[in-house]
Amino acid sequence: MQFIDEFRDPNAVKLLLNKINALVKQTQFTQDSPLNIMEVCGGHTHAIFKFGLDRLLPPEINFIHGPGCPVCVLPMGRIDTCIDIAKLPDVIFCTFGDAMRVPGQQGSLLATRGQGYDIRIIYSPLDALTLAKRNPQKQIVLFGLGFETTMPGIALTIQQAKQQQLTNFSLLCQHISIIPTLKALLTLPNIKIDAFLGPGHLSMIIGVKPYQFISENYAKPVVISGFEPVDMLQSVVMILMQLIRQQYLVENQYRRIVADQGNLLAQAVIKQVFTLQGNDEWRGLGEILGSGVRLSKEYQEFDAELRFNTKHYSHQDDPNARCGDVLTGRSKPINCPLFGKKCTPQSAYGALMVSSEGACAAYYQYRQGDLIC
Amino acid sequence: MCIGIPCQIVSIDNHAPNIAIAEVNGIGRQIDISLVANSNNPITVGQWVLVHVGFAMSILDEDEAKHTLSILNAMQEEEPDVSVLFIGKE
Amino acid sequence: MLKTISLAHGGGGLASTQLIEQVFMRAFNNPFLQTHEDQAKIALTELTQLGNRLAFSTDSYVIDPIFFPGGDIGKLAVCGTVNDLAVGGAIPLYLSCGFIIEEGLPLDTLQNIVNSMAQTAKDAGVTIITGDTKVVPHGAADKIFINTAGIGTIPTHVNWGMTHIKKGDKIIVSGTVGDHGATILNIREKLGLIGALSSDCAPLYQLIRQLHAIEGVRALRDATRGGVNAVLHEFMQGSGLGMQIKESELPLQPTVRGLCELLGLDPLNFANEGKVVIVVSPDCEQRVLQLLHSHPLGINACVIGEVVAKKQVTLQGLYGIERLLDLPHNEPLPRIC
Repeated sequence: MQFIDEFRDPNAVKLLLNKINALVKQTQFTQDSPLNIMEVCGGHTHAIFKFGLDRLLPPEINFIHGPGCPVCVLPMGRIDTCIDIAKLPDVIFCTFGDAMRVPGQQGSLLATRGQGYDIRIIYSPLDALTLAKRNPQKQIVLFGLGFETTMPGIALTIQQAKQQQLTNFSLLCQHISIIPTLKALLTLPNIKIDAFLGPGHLSMIIGVKPYQFISENYAKPVVISGFEPVDMLQSVVMILMQLIRQQYLVENQYRRIVADQGNLLAQAVIKQVFTLQGNDEWRGLGEILGSGVRLSKEYQEFDAELRFNTKHYSHQDDPNARCGDVLTGRSKPINCPLFGKKCTPQSAYGALMVSSEGACAAYYQYRQGDLIC
Repeated sequence: MCIGIPCQIVSIDNHAPNIAIAEVNGIGRQIDISLVANSNNPITVGQWVLVHVGFAMSILDEDEAKHTLSILNAMQEEEPDVSVLFIGKE
Repeated sequence: MLKTISLAHGGGGLASTQLIEQVFMRAFNNPFLQTHEDQAKIALTELTQLGNRLAFSTDSYVIDPIFFPGGDIGKLAVCGTVNDLAVGGAIPLYLSCGFIIEEGLPLDTLQNIVNSMAQTAKDAGVTIITGDTKVVPHGAADKIFINTAGIGTIPTHVNWGMTHIKKGDKIIVSGTVGDHGATILNIREKLGLIGALSSDCAPLYQLIRQLHAIEGVRALRDATRGGVNAVLHEFMQGSGLGMQIKESELPLQPTVRGLCELLGLDPLNFANEGKVVIVVSPDCEQRVLQLLHSHPLGINACVIGEVVAKKQVTLQGLYGIERLLDLPHNEPLPRIC
């Protein structure tokens, strides 16, 4: 078993689609008033378009692309802070490739690298630690980006830096926690979400329990799903069954990866290194109560913002941009006046167009004909 | 939101027990396994782990994977009975 | 002689002469160079015997790193230009080469690159008949840049070009996709991936010449920067027709697939340096495949799609759903999300 191709098997996909078509007839959903499933995670968005699941599914089922892409909710001003740090003398700025093209007001990290500043793409945060050990005369700054999936790896890296007493390593913390984000989303007005496809890889860290408020307080199904077509269609079947039975639960389709309790070691290391504190502003979502992830007191010496006394930027988005509405499922990308005009993958205005997991980039990249607008 | 790929452990560092080499399709990468293994629960060569940013984040449960697929096979052979989808393997 | 390249080596004095004699002349040794003139003189009769049109092409090579699994900048500089001639139906004959070298480059490094060029030229059946060397101060160039230009003759009966492409034609790729780009990305960004990743850098003339006699071969392009995706867009622009390919038919090395899964990338956008995309009429599809398969560089050749009326490039996914294939605006970068 390779754990990939088995879950892409066309026969299994066909079977599941038949099942979904039969089940959807037992519900009240119609093409005009479809079942709105929000896939929280950008990985699901990507898979939906890559495999064309949106077009294989009956018209009674509609996907709403959620906020689960750390690049997409990255405020423009944060990129400017990254660039400020990268331009300091003797700094090597390390980032995941995803953040390289996100535009700030001073341009992108990629453009800044083009100006001769030392900006490196890393695959693992440990690669940045290795750089710090090899370049004691340089300051290595790691741009820590991501939800709970990425936080344990960053946290372990910080712990190793502390153990090794590295004084030339620090973190620009841009982590975001999923549960406050979902809570904020569910309290927004005009939200038409009937069910959630839960983020598989994030859930392998936090487990299934944190989502229970959705099924209990909002009576909406949550199915934690894998990322292959078979996983996602099976999750849709499970959502439909819950709706038919009118029993709203948090279920786990991705049991081969996600233990119900999550990864306890990872949870522990997150708790040691990070603390949830204060409200952070997220692009398209606004300020979210209690969503700010900071380094805990014990690890504050590794906070790049403190070490370099960075400037905080806050930029107003174009009032016509509808990034927020797209992120929260209130608008499709094609309904944004900027889509395909001011905002394309070539000259992205919003981060949803930059990250290939962003709903707008996915719409643009995987569209099947000429642009409608 | 997070690329996570199933990789197979092909070797474990004798000197640094939290370091292993994991492989997918013949592509190997040094990864950190301290979030899925410790001296009480060691990981063994041949096991599959889910890798994200160079860390093993979860050990793959092959039985669960087979179970998921077997439900689909059952759908093919018999009268469809999705209720079985709901019962996780105990 | 000094162990590293200095500005004197490009100065035209004794050091220059020594470098030319001991490195370039020795490696590329041929009667054209031995005349020591400022230009190579090629008899027109020799060219006209082989065909009725001259093909002329140039390219510059600036790759980082300069040595990589499967090749080096020297091999690349020969293959790239030879292949650009060959895909036009030409018999590649002569190359020029211009070097821009950064002061401080170890002489051994230069020697290895030049030896590699000589060997590749021999394999490709071309002669390097003229050249130039410049040395720039440290920091003004990155180690070494090479420009090659090449000429070849196109046989009278060979007439390939994108305007010949017709609706219903088949699109063939000569082998696995993305090997070069995947290999270089891993090394250049120091991603630490281990495995049998190797550039496919190779001269393709011997493979392509087999198609000279085939009626129904429409157009060829080597899929370098921008990958197969970019070639399909060029074919679309050049023919005014659509290119439709199937994801499941794309030949891929397992290791390239592994790298793409790990980094969230698409092999269609990765550069190749030894792969050609061919459009042929349906009548000769089998014959072309048979010939390609008979050559070691074409054993994985296969049909990946066909030419359609609507002017767009589309990719049919695993379940038959089609989507537009845009040209990426930038080279691929690894992703974690």
